Amino acid sequence: MATQHKWLAWRVAVFLAALTPLLFWSWQVANNAAGPEPGRYLLLNIGIGGLWMLLLTLSLTPLTKLTRWKGFALIRRQLGLWTLAYATLHMLSYALFILGLNWALLGSEIVKRPYIIVGMIALIGLAVLGVTSNKWSMRKLGKRWKPLHKFSYAILGLVLLHFFWVVRADMGEWAAYALVAALIMATRLPPVARTLPKLRYRLSRT
Amino acid sequence: MLIKIAKPSDLNESDVTPESIYLSRRRFMGGMAGLGAGLALSGHVRANEDYSDVPEGDAPAWLKEKISETEWRAITPSNPDKDKIAPFDDASGYNNFFEFGTDKGDPARYAGSLETQPWSVVVDGEVNNGGRFALEDIAKPSQFEERIYRLRCVEAWSMVIPWLGIPLADIIKRADPTSKAKYVRFETLVDPEQMRGQRSSFSIIDWPYVEGLRMDEAMHPLTIMAMGMYGRELPNQNGAPLRLVVPWKYGFKSIKSIVRISLVEEEPVNSWQQIASDEYGFYANVNPKVDHPRWSQATERRLPNSLFSPNTIETRMFNGYEDEVAELYAGMDLRKHY
Repeated sequence: MATQHKWLAWRVAVFLAALTPLLFWSWQVANNAAGPEPGRYLLLNIGIGGLWMLLLTLSLTPLTKLTRWKGFALIRRQLGLWTLAYATLHMLSYALFILGLNWALLGSEIVKRPYIIVGMIALIGLAVLGVTSNKWSMRKLGKRWKPLHKFSYAILGLVLLHFFWVVRADMGEWAAYALVAALIMATRLPPVARTLPKLRYRLSRT
Repeated sequence: MLIKIAKPSDLNESDVTPESIYLSRRRFMGGMAGLGAGLALSGHVRANEDYSDVPEGDAPAWLKEKISETEWRAITPSNPDKDKIAPFDDASGYNNFFEFGTDKGDPARYAGSLETQPWSVVVDGEVNNGGRFALEDIAKPSQFEERIYRLRCVEAWSMVIPWLGIPLADIIKRADPTSKAKYVRFETLVDPEQMRGQRSSFSIIDWPYVEGLRMDEAMHPLTIMAMGMYGRELPNQNGAPLRLVVPWKYGFKSIKSIVRISLVEEEPVNSWQQIASDEYGFYANVNPKVDHPRWSQATERRLPNSLFSPNTIETRMFNGYEDEVAELYAGMDLRKHY
């Protein structure tokens, strides 16, 4: 019973931590602390926030392998859904605050701009993973569930491409995210993946 | 506020035109101007009062004096209700000045490290009267004018800014160009010690930042070299102490913190053209019909805006200065020469 409570507290803490940036940015907008273009401020921050969520989600498996702590696996679905939530809010910010809900413009922009097309594909992918993230879908999909959810690797690539095409003058920030993404993906290479549990063994002995 | 030394010629408070009359006169004159739309000239209206909420800067004495003698409101928008001047905090807090970082807040955060006094500018190339000139000597022979211009960024946002400066034509005439001078090339300061963006090893820009104008564009009366805004000197993040302002072109043409002005025979390759020639051309005239490959240029977001009213307005040909500048491009395919 006590451990049940502990895990619930952990999940609630993660929930609040993931919610906090959104509340903070909204508070800034409400207090005129987000500059002369608050919509763009939200758009960019939520976009970067979504990338953080995706990177955190994908780092849970290697972290579990490394530490064998149960807590990481327990928040995987939640962080995945947060990624979807951030991505959806990012897209809505664009439609609402940048295009002013001009549907005709939204239609033509989606078709014309490669970075938007890539972003939309990533969002649709996240939505598919979100819808199939419940226990019923896992049972229904059986062996196909895992390969389906490996599509999240491709989504990470699409998101980085989307980000890459938006950059105008300095690749520094993008390069930092790309490097972190590369490290997280590298832990999935079979030789590295095999080494992680051994590393844990060595760490626990010292 | 600037320290104002009253001159016998100065107007008294009671001489100031009430705003309602001022505005209606403006509208009337705007209507009268008709063909010259956008350029409504007025007399010497004192404008310092309008900027009472603008923080005082740290201008050298000569610049304060030049500013105090400004011909205020020399050019104003024909429709001041639509083209409202942006608050100073927005104009000085939301900038693209990649020498100081890529975030719009970076220039305001980090440009304080730029030392602008003293400042000198090299004027060279196809000129008879070239050399290195103290900024003071460049400014002194000319009358300061206040020009309230729309600034349209290539990123599809815009603001209305009251600049203080002198016509670029004054500087070029004094340099006495030779017959070979066909273009003007400008260079921004390179100093990674003072400009942290230049220290980034991931920067796409090959410093110095370079811009250029065709001779007739440079000589056009709308083209100015600004040294101030909002009744004071330029904040560093806005390109202190000397920047170009070409109101019918996208903002990136208006190069900041200039250290070199060269009169040249060949068309200069400006920085953005060098980086992505399919996205940015030499001319960069504001044109709602030619999209940036990554976004539409048909509309713009007039700033400041708010969440649920993005303040999206139609972008005008040559940023609304079509009557004044269209003839410069007569017969040119603006789709090709974007």
